[in-house]
Amino acid sequence: MNTATLDSWSLLAVWTAIAVYMLAFGAYSADLAQRSVRNDRPARQPALVGAGVAETARRDPAQTSASEEGADRPRQPRFLWARVGTSLTMLGFVFHLAGALMRGIASGRVPWANMYEFALTGTLLIVAIYLLVLLRYDLRFLGAFIIGMVTLLLGGATVAFYVEITPLMDPLKSVWLVVHVFVASLATALFALGCGLSIVQLLQARRERVGSQTGRNAGPGFLRTLPRTETLESLAYRFAIVGFIFWTFTLIAGAIWANESWGRYWGFDTKEVWTFVIWVLYAGYIHARATRGWRGTRSAWLSIIGFSAVLFNFTIVNLFFKGLHAYSGLS
Amino acid sequence: MRTALVLLLLLALASVPGSLFPQRSADPNGVVQYFRNRPDIAPFMDALQLFDVYSSVWFSAIYLLLFVSLIGCIIPRIRHHLKALRARAPRTPARLERLDHHLVEQFVVRADADRSEELSRVIAVAEQQLRRSLYRVQRYDGRGTWSVSAERGYLRETGNLVFHAALVGVLVSVLAASGFTYTGQRVVVEGTTFVNTLSDYSSFNPGRFVDTAALPPYSLTLNSFDVAYEMPGTPGAGQAGNFAANVTIREPGQATGRSDTVRVNAPISFGGERIYLLGNGYAPTITVRNAEGGVIYQESQPFLPQDSMMTSLGIVKVPDGLPQQVGLVGFFYPTRGMLDTGASASVYPALVNPVVTFNVFAGSLGIDDGTPRNIYTLDTSGMTQLTGADTGVSGIELRPGESADLPNGWGTVTFEDISVDDAASEPVRRFASLQIQRDSGAPWVLLFASLATAGLITGLLVPRRRIWVKAVAVDPYPGGLLARIEYAGLARGEDPQLASVVRRIRNDHLAALATELPDDTAKENTP
Repeated sequence: MNTATLDSWSLLAVWTAIAVYMLAFGAYSADLAQRSVRNDRPARQPALVGAGVAETARRDPAQTSASEEGADRPRQPRFLWARVGTSLTMLGFVFHLAGALMRGIASGRVPWANMYEFALTGTLLIVAIYLLVLLRYDLRFLGAFIIGMVTLLLGGATVAFYVEITPLMDPLKSVWLVVHVFVASLATALFALGCGLSIVQLLQARRERVGSQTGRNAGPGFLRTLPRTETLESLAYRFAIVGFIFWTFTLIAGAIWANESWGRYWGFDTKEVWTFVIWVLYAGYIHARATRGWRGTRSAWLSIIGFSAVLFNFTIVNLFFKGLHAYSGLS
Repeated sequence: MRTALVLLLLLALASVPGSLFPQRSADPNGVVQYFRNRPDIAPFMDALQLFDVYSSVWFSAIYLLLFVSLIGCIIPRIRHHLKALRARAPRTPARLERLDHHLVEQFVVRADADRSEELSRVIAVAEQQLRRSLYRVQRYDGRGTWSVSAERGYLRETGNLVFHAALVGVLVSVLAASGFTYTGQRVVVEGTTFVNTLSDYSSFNPGRFVDTAALPPYSLTLNSFDVAYEMPGTPGAGQAGNFAANVTIREPGQATGRSDTVRVNAPISFGGERIYLLGNGYAPTITVRNAEGGVIYQESQPFLPQDSMMTSLGIVKVPDGLPQQVGLVGFFYPTRGMLDTGASASVYPALVNPVVTFNVFAGSLGIDDGTPRNIYTLDTSGMTQLTGADTGVSGIELRPGESADLPNGWGTVTFEDISVDDAASEPVRRFASLQIQRDSGAPWVLLFASLATAGLITGLLVPRRRIWVKAVAVDPYPGGLLARIEYAGLARGEDPQLASVVRRIRNDHLAALATELPDDTAKENTP
């Protein structure tokens, strides 16, 4: 099978993945809608894994460990649409992975050497991390956010950024392409999850605040089925710190590569500037979590601003800012 | 913490303009262009240092304040941490049940056993178990309670401090090394030699303390330059790659030098310097003869590429030997084609249909008063255009080996075909643009950055926690005395695992008691 044929198969797989993700997004949205209309259930803490963080540990080890590991098990058959969404996401992921693999095989290199391929692999990693995390934490309430975003990014990139396979440009022929870009994508995936949790945290905080003041329900009804603010916050933080470690590594790997390729490890190239800005924003987020008066809502905003900067860096900076990282493959 | 937070956010904010405005350090031409396009506001922007953001007063102020606050923060913390490292684990709280993570078990002490000895042993088992798990342990017995207090995760604070101290190291290395760093650029044409002295560089940026007279003495000859182009009709047609500058480096007094190849992403090192391949292009060999046929100029003049198909722009300056000083503004097309507009352009970067065109200017080159001039631009302000544009005389157009007359019968200009007598494989020479630099700070920056990463990982991921196991004798019990064993944990910082850790310690402890205590005691106490 020649390169062009394999690439067209890859493209077909990617479009199939997009279509399946759209369905998954629909299912997750239906799940949120369904959670919203269930008025009969009292507002209480669902059995989210890790929910025991601020909770007094229970005496019965069997019971506690069940709530810790088994949250994604059929203990919660009531979220039927969420299960449909997750199944569809897995199916979409299979096509997505196949698309990325075929693209990589067809080009004879890692499939992240231009804008289309960054988007292809980056979104693949977001879905992979999301699915992996589901094994441990029931974050299906983020499905609509994560899969919606992935569908938009992947669909947008395939429409607007798709380019034929071309040989690698000389500056990209480096082992650092494999490391630097892959780790950056991993960090992006973790930041995405953290951002989604922070958004839900803000909604939940508002609901809890309004609820305690007026006894009314504020915000979408599905919030009642989600973990409490503190749980959401500490989960968001956990994703963000791992993302931050990866991002630090991205920064250093990028500097090493720049020193090999451009003869300096740091030159305030636009992309370098934004990578640095993101690093500083997340450093600020981590500090905010340890600063009185900044825990909670304010630090959640920093996490959201941080991820917005990541998206800005990936889209606007790549396309419109002049700099040395001119590898979008678009003219 | 609040200060650090505010300064961090300010730093992020202050970094942004540097990506919106062209920076002199990264994109000097962009700054020139900005001044040309927006002459009204450019000086104002310049006064705000928006073209030098990262060396500006306000940016420096923010990061220096940040580092001052950082140092001011970590020094007391280091002192405190050193003390904590030597300190004993803290006294067991009187009421463990107030802690978030608290478990209670019951234990029967037989009537014939010594209560104190028995409960002390129960705690000793826990103590051993915790010590094995790398906790620092301290026994607190007395007044009817026996307890062990344990703490672990000092590495968290150590990592945290290492991270912050290493950041100071990074900054200091960068600042200190900048005085001893230098970067120079040089264009080398195939077959020519570059000598590593200041005067042989086309541009050179030394740090404040660089002795420019003491560069490592060597010469570098570009033997050949290889490049491969994607074939027409394939995706990415014309894309260049596999650049390789084959060079020979000689030290003084050496007859044979060291042959090496400089590639993109693979600089070579020599004498503490690193040599990078940054660019390449064509250097057509041009000969100018006067009216009598005498050679007054012969050079392989580098033409700078203007697009990916290597349409290149070059200047030939003939200061002497003709009635007036002459400047030739030339375009070189490795594969000349016509655009729809009728203009010429190269349509493929390899030498398929090489053509060079010239427009002739005569007058003053502006070099007589000793003013240094860029060899890649021609200042035509003191010159008259003799061919092209609206002069009515068409410009000169040459293929390799061809000659043409200069206007006014002043002489001829020839585009030499070097493959005729130089036995070269191609009619036109190529040049490589090399960057030669020394940055002795880079290894230090890398060292501190690696330390910072290691510190970051331990500082964020190692949990710091306190664990207490306490035994209290409570009530009489048939055949003995009922004791309560309490297990409690306290997180110091983020510790998502604490609940399960306390449970595991309880389970392990009970299991250890079951095996270590005499059979009949164990039987009674197995949960």
